[in-house]
Order: sequence, then structure tokens, then C-alpha cells
Amino acid sequence: MDFVDYYKILGVSKGASDKEIKKAYRKLARKYHPDLNPDNKEAEKKFKEINEAHEVLSNPENREKYDKYGKDWMHGEEFEKARQQQSYQRQQYSGGAGGQGFSGSDFSDFFESMFGGAGGSSGRGAAQFKGQDLSASLELNLTEIYETHKKVLTLNGQKIRLTIPAGIENGQIIRIKGKGDEGMNGGPNGDLLIKFSIINNTKFKRDKENLYSTVHLDLYTALLGGEITVDTFDGKVKLKIAAETANDTKVKLKGKGFPVYKKERDFGDLIITYQIDIPTNLSAKEKELFKELQKLR
Amino acid sequence: MEKQEYILIKTLCVHYKIEISFIKELNNVGLIEIKRFENEEVIHEEKIGDLEKMIRLYHELDLNIEGIDVVFNLLQKEVQLKEQVKELQNRLRFYEDEL
Repeated sequence: MDFVDYYKILGVSKGASDKEIKKAYRKLARKYHPDLNPDNKEAEKKFKEINEAHEVLSNPENREKYDKYGKDWMHGEEFEKARQQQSYQRQQYSGGAGGQGFSGSDFSDFFESMFGGAGGSSGRGAAQFKGQDLSASLELNLTEIYETHKKVLTLNGQKIRLTIPAGIENGQIIRIKGKGDEGMNGGPNGDLLIKFSIINNTKFKRDKENLYSTVHLDLYTALLGGEITVDTFDGKVKLKIAAETANDTKVKLKGKGFPVYKKERDFGDLIITYQIDIPTNLSAKEKELFKELQKLR
Repeated sequence: MEKQEYILIKTLCVHYKIEISFIKELNNVGLIEIKRFENEEVIHEEKIGDLEKMIRLYHELDLNIEGIDVVFNLLQKEVQLKEQVKELQNRLRFYEDEL
């Protein structure tokens, strides 16, 4: 267990006045407060440290004890006695909806050793607090999110039934109310935040609700026109090819794209780009015919 | 308007040990929306998370109402920017697939 230098954490000297300690704490708290730094674990850790330092140094009795035995906490008999007599007060914090939460039990081992385990609670500590929000990630294939479906997840031994809406985006986060950590003193449970990672297991490219694909055309179909069968996300369709179709021509198949998120009956478009394949390994006859065509132009 | 979706302001003040004037000021600057239901002032339960955050900023960081308003506006912008980054990353993935 390492010694924790609370003065260093707050950036004040050992002789700092109560006012200076409070000022230093306020300044750092404004910088690292979890509500101002959502999803920032580093800031959360830092805030715990400065909060712990403030808990000790703002209380004259504890500051005195810390100054006296701080570095020699392992050998102080008196300190041990004092430790047993006192259960230290602490505050519990928790983020609200969308916020980062943490609890006072995250105080350092040094703090636990010196000032005891969770004791009573101070000030608003007895109030109810929402439990900590939990985060999880879920990997899904693109084909799995073409239709809304239900999935059962097991998280921390808890079975969670989840409805995954069609058209969910890569990186999107869904909040499931009340499935996070338990609240304190009867407060509401935290939420579970699930981040979706979508793996594209198809030949289609997706940009929100629109899908894109490339279809190869042989030179003769491109020049003379014809009919081809192309793949869409949910099956094959026949397409007429106009004569003299140029390379890179794009056609839009309305409603053949991906479902719009939370509007399952609405679909985006499928945009097909034609790529014309030039014939290779021409026979002597073919070369001769192409030369004849060339002369005509 | 479903009754169970709304929480009485009076109850909130007792629960969070805050003055009703604090809630009214938050309403005045548009940070929360006070509604009337059966002649009582209420706020929607979905806004409780935000309200808790405002109370923490007020008590723990000594921010005044204007400060809380600035912080919430900036946090909202941060959320929008994160959303924009996510969209751009997805779009970049679209082009990276071509390489």
C-alpha cells in the first residue's frame, strides 16, 4: 500500500490554510468533476483522488492525524487505536442520467487503512443516490440488424432481454433503464449503456439507411443494352440496362436499402454503380472485328 | 399526460434538500420545464437525471444558475460533436473499405 500525499494531490503546501485547501479543491473539482467529464475514466480517477484528499485535509482532526502519522501509518500504535475509534464520514457520488458515477468505496487503500472502512455518511450522504451506470459493448453483423429482433444477454449473472431495433448504427449506444448498479439507500438503480459495434459481413456498403454496391457489366450489354439480375439485401431483382450505358453509371433502386432506424417500414435506397468489364485475351477474329468498328467511328 | 411520469416539485425539494426557488430559477432559464398537473407543479421523470446533475454542480462546485446553464450548453455541444465524430468515423469506414 503506497503512501498517498494529499497535499501534493491538491497542489498545496503542508502549511496551507483551510481557505487555501478549499480553494485548491474547488479549482480541481471544477476541472475533474464527473458531470463535466462524461465517459472520462482518467478524470473520474483524478476526482476521486482530490475528493479523498479534501475529505482528509478539510477536517482539522483528520488533517492532524494525517500529518502526525501519515507516513508511518504502518507503525503507529496510537494511530491504530484512533482508527478503531473512528469511522470516517464520507460522501457518495453518483452520476445521473448520462453521467459517470462512482462511490466512496473507491477511496484508496491508504484511506481505508487510516480512516477506516465505510462508516456513517456525512451531510447529504444519507440521501438516496442513483446506482452507477454500467457500460457494455455488443458486436453484431450487418445482416442481424436488417430486422428488429430480440436478444437475451447475460451481464454480471443477470439476464437482460434486449430489443435491437433494425437500422441501428455502428457506435450507437442504447440505454437500458435500471439495469446498472444498485442504487444507494433505496435510490434508483443505474442504467446499462450498450454500445453497438456493427460488422459488415456483406458485399454492400452502408451509409446510414442507404446501401451501395458495384455491378459488373460486360461490354456488349453496356453497349447494346439488355437485362441483368442483381443482388439486393433481401433478394435478387431484374434490371433493364439501357443501350450505351457508360462506365460508373449509377442507378438508384428506391426502397431497396437499409431500414431507417426506428422507422422500420421506411427503407433507404440501394445505389448501384455499373463497372464495365473490357474483354481480354481477344482472339484474332475479335481483334479484326474491333478494328472494323474502329474504322467506322 | 400520465400522472406516474411526473414528479411533484415539492417532493423533489424535500428529497434533494433544495429550495423551491432553485427549481423555479432553473425553469426560468429553460434548463428544466415545470408543468402543472392537477393544480400541482411537476417535472417529467426523464428530466430527473439532469436535475440531479444540476444540483450536484450547484452544491459541489458552487456554480450559480448562469454557470449551470453555460455548462449544460457546452455539454450538449460535446454530445453533438461526439455524435458528429461517430458519423464521420462511420463514413470514413465506408471509404476505407474501398482501399
